[in-house]
Amino acid sequence: MGKPTNKTLMSPKLMQSLRSAPFIAPFIILVFLFYLVPVLLTAVLSGTGMDFTMRFNFVGLKNFARILSDSVLPQILHNTLVYVFFTCLLNVGFGFILALLTTYFIKNENIGLFFRTLWLLPRMTPPVIYALLWLWFLDPTEKGMLNVIVGAFGRPPQNWILNNPMPTVILANGLIGVSLGMVIFSSAIKSIPDELYKAAMIDGAGDFKIIRHIILPLVKWPLMFLTVWQILSLITSYEYIMLITDGGPLFNSEVLSLYSYHKAFSNLEFGYGAALAVILVLIGILVTTFMLKVFGFDRMMDPSRLNA
Amino acid sequence: MKGKRSAVKEKLVVAIMTIITLPILLPYLWLLLNSLAKGVYWGLIPQRFTLENWSFLWRKVKIGANVFPSVWPIVGNTVLLAGGITVLVVLIASLTGYALSRINFTGKSFLLKSTIFLHAFPGVALLIAMYFVLQKLGLIDTLLGVILVKVALELPMATWIIKGFFDNIPLDTEWAAYLDGCNRFQAWWKVILPQMKTGLAAIAIFSFISGWSEFIYVYTFIYSPANYTLAVYLKNLIGDFRMLNYNLLCATGLFYMIPVILFFVFSQKTLMQISFGGLKE
Repeated sequence: MGKPTNKTLMSPKLMQSLRSAPFIAPFIILVFLFYLVPVLLTAVLSGTGMDFTMRFNFVGLKNFARILSDSVLPQILHNTLVYVFFTCLLNVGFGFILALLTTYFIKNENIGLFFRTLWLLPRMTPPVIYALLWLWFLDPTEKGMLNVIVGAFGRPPQNWILNNPMPTVILANGLIGVSLGMVIFSSAIKSIPDELYKAAMIDGAGDFKIIRHIILPLVKWPLMFLTVWQILSLITSYEYIMLITDGGPLFNSEVLSLYSYHKAFSNLEFGYGAALAVILVLIGILVTTFMLKVFGFDRMMDPSRLNA
Repeated sequence: MKGKRSAVKEKLVVAIMTIITLPILLPYLWLLLNSLAKGVYWGLIPQRFTLENWSFLWRKVKIGANVFPSVWPIVGNTVLLAGGITVLVVLIASLTGYALSRINFTGKSFLLKSTIFLHAFPGVALLIAMYFVLQKLGLIDTLLGVILVKVALELPMATWIIKGFFDNIPLDTEWAAYLDGCNRFQAWWKVILPQMKTGLAAIAIFSFISGWSEFIYVYTFIYSPANYTLAVYLKNLIGDFRMLNYNLLCATGLFYMIPVILFFVFSQKTLMQISFGGLKE
């Protein structure tokens, strides 16, 4: 009996695995190093007092104790709640209205598509330019568009951003998210069979009744999906706030995610910043689990329900 | 009778849509007009036509004591960043997407699950740890560092989408390739990939635009002006002379938006169909 060859030692599954290695290795290496490691490292860093020297200096739960006693945190949490709630409302509500107008009321496919494409502009615009447009629109001098408009009514120019930081960041972020809601609701509305409308019309139902009794119940799932999705993304989105108000004046438009960034990269308190990031991620996980409990995972994630 | 009334109603809705869409378009018009004007009336209407604002294309921008470097090396950096991200995302995602769709290897379902799991952790919440990793690898303040971070963040989603493309391609063509003596790599490269050109192109364009627009990672991980991209260059320009010279800002901003505008004009219809494809199908 000769020695068994390699081939017989290895199960077919193992052979397959080895053969797949060159296909998946680059993916695994990159995602591991620059995604998975940062996830784990964020947790580790939150237990350190790391500063600009980049040295681990374990302090246990001290950072979390500091969060509890941080005097600006109540204001920041309040801002975060207001920001997430109203931006999400704008995204979902206005997105639904745009979808209704461009798909239900405008029957001409091309015209509807044209408007929907234009509403994608804010999302496609690079953040720096999008912020510039807002800075111009709300410019405190008479160069700003809004001041030109109020000037036409004889009012003096105002510093809009300084006086209304939260409405500014909510509106700026809201107009970006609107397009996602618009697209999801549009495809949901389009997938409703025509017969349903016709039957309702024969029964003498007006637009309002059709929207209330046919469209709304049928877009229930996309609506829930969108709400969860937007809440989760808004909790951690701060890029536009950073570019437009940078959390100011003082902490008036600072949200939790931006606060974490500022602590780490303005004050170079990496440990404390990481602890705040951990809180963010925990809130995200909490929201997800809560929503999944309420709506049920399978129903939420089954894509066919999105259009049902 | 009823048809007529609904036609009137539709016209009315088109009018309403035009009115609420106008504020979205107005700022872009302002960008264009201001880039070609010297001073404006009412914040919008140009006073005098000039190309002076575009002079950043052929000389250094100087205002007060500030001198901004020539824009071309920065354009080069931006192309490198966006191009690097695009090539790596498409290449790696189509390799892994293929394996996930066709090969039955150990740990496959684990890989699939962890990809979804990772998606719960947004990149912007991980900046601190990423900064540390890049620092330790000597990649901080390099474009390569930003490219690798962006690729890692985009890979899970791109791989999922591309896996879907592979799932839709019938196995027959692949078997035919093997019968003709191709190995897995050859079959992947020569027979299967060409069948999903459109899908791959869509992913490539999205990666490019996302890399081209990228701000926060470049702003956080790069501090040498020699490695800046247009996003950070513009952010500094806005910080320094927002109050002084909107016209220059508009010209530079419009220049920066060229790839996005081209993409927008050429792929309107496809954009609507593919952009949220994962949710739409």
